Amino acid sequence: MKADHPQAVNEAPIDFSAHTMAEINRVIGLFPEGKQKSAILRILHFVQDEFGWVSVGAMNRVAQILAIEPIEVYEVATFYTMFHLDPVGKNVLEVCRTGPCQLVGSDDLISYIEEKLDIKVGETTKDGMFTLKTVECLGACGYGPMLMCKYQFYERLNKEKVNEMLDAMRAASNS
Amino acid sequence: MSRKLLIEHAEVPGIASFETYRKHGGYASVEKALKTMSPDEVVDEVKKSGLRGRGGAGFPTGMKWSFLAKPEGVERHLVCNADESEPGTFKDRYLMEKLPHLLIEGMITSSYALGARRSYIYIRGEFMYVLRILEKAIAEAYANGMLGKNILGSGYDLDLVVTPGGGAYICGEETALLESLEGKRGNPRMKPPFPAVKGLWGNPTVVNNVESIAAVVPIVNEGGEAYAQIGIERSTGTKLISASGNLVRPGVYEIELGLSVEEFIYGDDYCRGIANGKKLKACIPGGSSVPILPHYLVTKTAAGTDRLMTYESLADGGFASGSMLGSGGFIVFDEDQCIVRNTWNFARFYAHESCGQCSPCREGTGWMEKVLFRLEHGMGTLEDISLLEEINKKIEGNTICPLGDAAAWPVAAAIRHFRDEFEWHVNSPQEAQKRNYGLIQAPLEA
Amino acid sequence: MIKVTIDDVEIEVAPGTTILNAARQAGGELVPPAMCYYSKLPGTGGKCRTCLVEVAAGSTADPRPMPKLVASCSTPVMDGMIVKNKTSERVQTNRGGVVEFLLVNHPLDCPVCDQAGECHLQDLGYEHGSAKTRYREERRTFSPIDIGNKIKLHMNRCILCYRCVHVANQLTEKRVHGVLHRGEHAEISTYIENAIDNDFSGNMIDVCPVGALTDKTFRFKSRVWFLKPYEAECACDKCSGKAVVWMFGNEIFRVTARKDKYGEVETIDDKTAWICNDCRFDKKDPSKWNLIGPRKIDRHSVISQGKYATKNDNNPKLLS
Repeated sequence: MKADHPQAVNEAPIDFSAHTMAEINRVIGLFPEGKQKSAILRILHFVQDEFGWVSVGAMNRVAQILAIEPIEVYEVATFYTMFHLDPVGKNVLEVCRTGPCQLVGSDDLISYIEEKLDIKVGETTKDGMFTLKTVECLGACGYGPMLMCKYQFYERLNKEKVNEMLDAMRAASNS
Repeated sequence: MSRKLLIEHAEVPGIASFETYRKHGGYASVEKALKTMSPDEVVDEVKKSGLRGRGGAGFPTGMKWSFLAKPEGVERHLVCNADESEPGTFKDRYLMEKLPHLLIEGMITSSYALGARRSYIYIRGEFMYVLRILEKAIAEAYANGMLGKNILGSGYDLDLVVTPGGGAYICGEETALLESLEGKRGNPRMKPPFPAVKGLWGNPTVVNNVESIAAVVPIVNEGGEAYAQIGIERSTGTKLISASGNLVRPGVYEIELGLSVEEFIYGDDYCRGIANGKKLKACIPGGSSVPILPHYLVTKTAAGTDRLMTYESLADGGFASGSMLGSGGFIVFDEDQCIVRNTWNFARFYAHESCGQCSPCREGTGWMEKVLFRLEHGMGTLEDISLLEEINKKIEGNTICPLGDAAAWPVAAAIRHFRDEFEWHVNSPQEAQKRNYGLIQAPLEA
Repeated sequence: MIKVTIDDVEIEVAPGTTILNAARQAGGELVPPAMCYYSKLPGTGGKCRTCLVEVAAGSTADPRPMPKLVASCSTPVMDGMIVKNKTSERVQTNRGGVVEFLLVNHPLDCPVCDQAGECHLQDLGYEHGSAKTRYREERRTFSPIDIGNKIKLHMNRCILCYRCVHVANQLTEKRVHGVLHRGEHAEISTYIENAIDNDFSGNMIDVCPVGALTDKTFRFKSRVWFLKPYEAECACDKCSGKAVVWMFGNEIFRVTARKDKYGEVETIDDKTAWICNDCRFDKKDPSKWNLIGPRKIDRHSVISQGKYATKNDNNPKLLS
């Protein structure tokens, strides 16, 4: 197994929107003086909300905001699997593949979405609309098979529901 | 039908709002504790209740609280573990989504008991929508004088913050959670020192599961002794069970501990049996880390007595023929399920979730996953089965945190009870790709 | 002082001492191996699990045995504690298991690895390893990369001891590398293309227990056992200037810090004698060093076997 993660190119810190900055300052304020690093995961979520993914430039900016070394941000961002460190489609479908969902048909759900979008797990559709990923247990085991997109849970999925869901997402992203 | 102490009002419209929650008796425990009880009296009630940690380990909550170091002039913290990630477990999400104020109430009462003035709820990042529900409820609690300075005129101050993870099962381990809460990688810490002495930012800290903290509310309201009346022996009170897999009615149920497993799986008030008229093949009663039970050991113990939903009864027979109540993640398999595939699936989960810090877990979980992948895909050998058992023994007990055990136990149990099915995968690989093995026979009495 | 018994040897140590350090005070065969713990780097330890020992009795006050094996590097001794290391079959079996885990993804490229001859993993493999691997899967591989112009990183060989991360945190102004990703995908990396460039980064090479971090000025120049180590010193305004120079004839092939039998940089004048990059990488001219005398290499590696020493060698240790 080739385990290389090719080294990324360094980028200048990028600016965040006023809304993102306001949110970041709010959550930093939730922690005691000197403990602002505790806000890092929430901040990375805000960054991903704004850009869809977390770039090197964004992480370098987070390092500046928290007054820590950039490597500390890279270490954290690569540990937690929710953060997309490469560009993704407008809608990232994260399908739960773990045991309880598998018992009720997550394998079929994944195959169906692959077929429907004509992509494999890990790929993005040509129009940039959808990225398909598999993830481990999302804590919705009694309501499987299920997937998460933009922090929203889509549960007890079947083909009809998937079709409706994809159409609705496409419409929302185009509007 | 079991009494419901936690989620009785879960489906009341508007119960997520402060006003409605208050109308249904909410925040009574805060009033009672802050106005009429000393912190130690609250701790005593929790001790009397016999409440055991609902996150999986089952350690007595009152005892855990009494270990908290209280050096002069050093801040203490209560941290709520809402990182619910154990496959098969989804009760905390239900509780927080439906009854955010119940958790907040429990946090206030428990923080008061522990002398914590800054408490945190660490919730898994995937539950961001639940975090927003909690944030809103926390704001309401501040607005209504239940949080902040001088709560209810008692002189007690408390700040409560909810903060997310970012996708890591390991952060459910309490020291990994604290690392993550400090904004670092979720690597579990070496113990000692335990969090009760050195926890969040080096301060004495108690980490409790969502359900444990919520249970403090009825314990304070009705008294620890009344709570201890419910249940059997050392399994007191009610427990939220997350039922998943091939059931007619999966979902979250609050049960009185001591309910029979038979009643839980087949009873009309609970799961109503196996879906699609199939037969029960196996059950993992306490989340994916606990040993799997074959159908003949699910509703009866090896000794032939009724298996009950208690810490003791589910563990009856030890690892040879028992399992554990764990987090209450009750996963049911019908006759069409493949144990080898499922064991591989869970092994993949643990390999994916290993933090990679200590060698037995980093290398061992990945190795097991690869061997199981081969077995499931018709490329395994009989030696692979014994190899798995050996890798298992070398991981178990040798890791920094319990993830190693959690990865090892399910594989060991699956091979122990379903060896014939594993061997069938080796001996008839082509057939194993086409059909399922079906039910396994109970061993004949000697 | 409190009393602890390790492999039937009774020792008195200060309260708060870890089992491993108590064992090191006693010395000899009873000392557990350690791949990640490094006494000069606070915060290290607990990760590799090679130092696991059995606690047969917790203390005089509570003589119950501990159910699990414990990491001796991070478990403090208690008065009356009874510890078994070499005398415990359970320890030996499980340590063998840990070594097997450390080797499953290891490339076993000792024949081309500069660390060969002074590698802790090699020593452990020799003591506990099996001659055959049971690992049938494809090994995890990374391409070697330069981190800075003087240090090569072979991630394939890394056992993730985290020592180099602690060096960067504790000896240098700014850390630019760390452990990224997780589980079996965890790796030492800078994430972005970045050079580790500061005066003390070379100490990462000295603390690395395996051949993951090697000295680019020495790579492939010679096997270590062909070289003669001399204690040497020089006037340096950055570090103590107390080092070991490794010579072949009149040439200096490499410079390292002075290391003790546990592979740790020695304490000289109450300070850990880390050396700076100038001394390590740039002072290869013998005239810049004052050679004090042959350096004893105390460990059981091939360097001390004296295979390649000549009768003209004035180091009695090498001849014995």
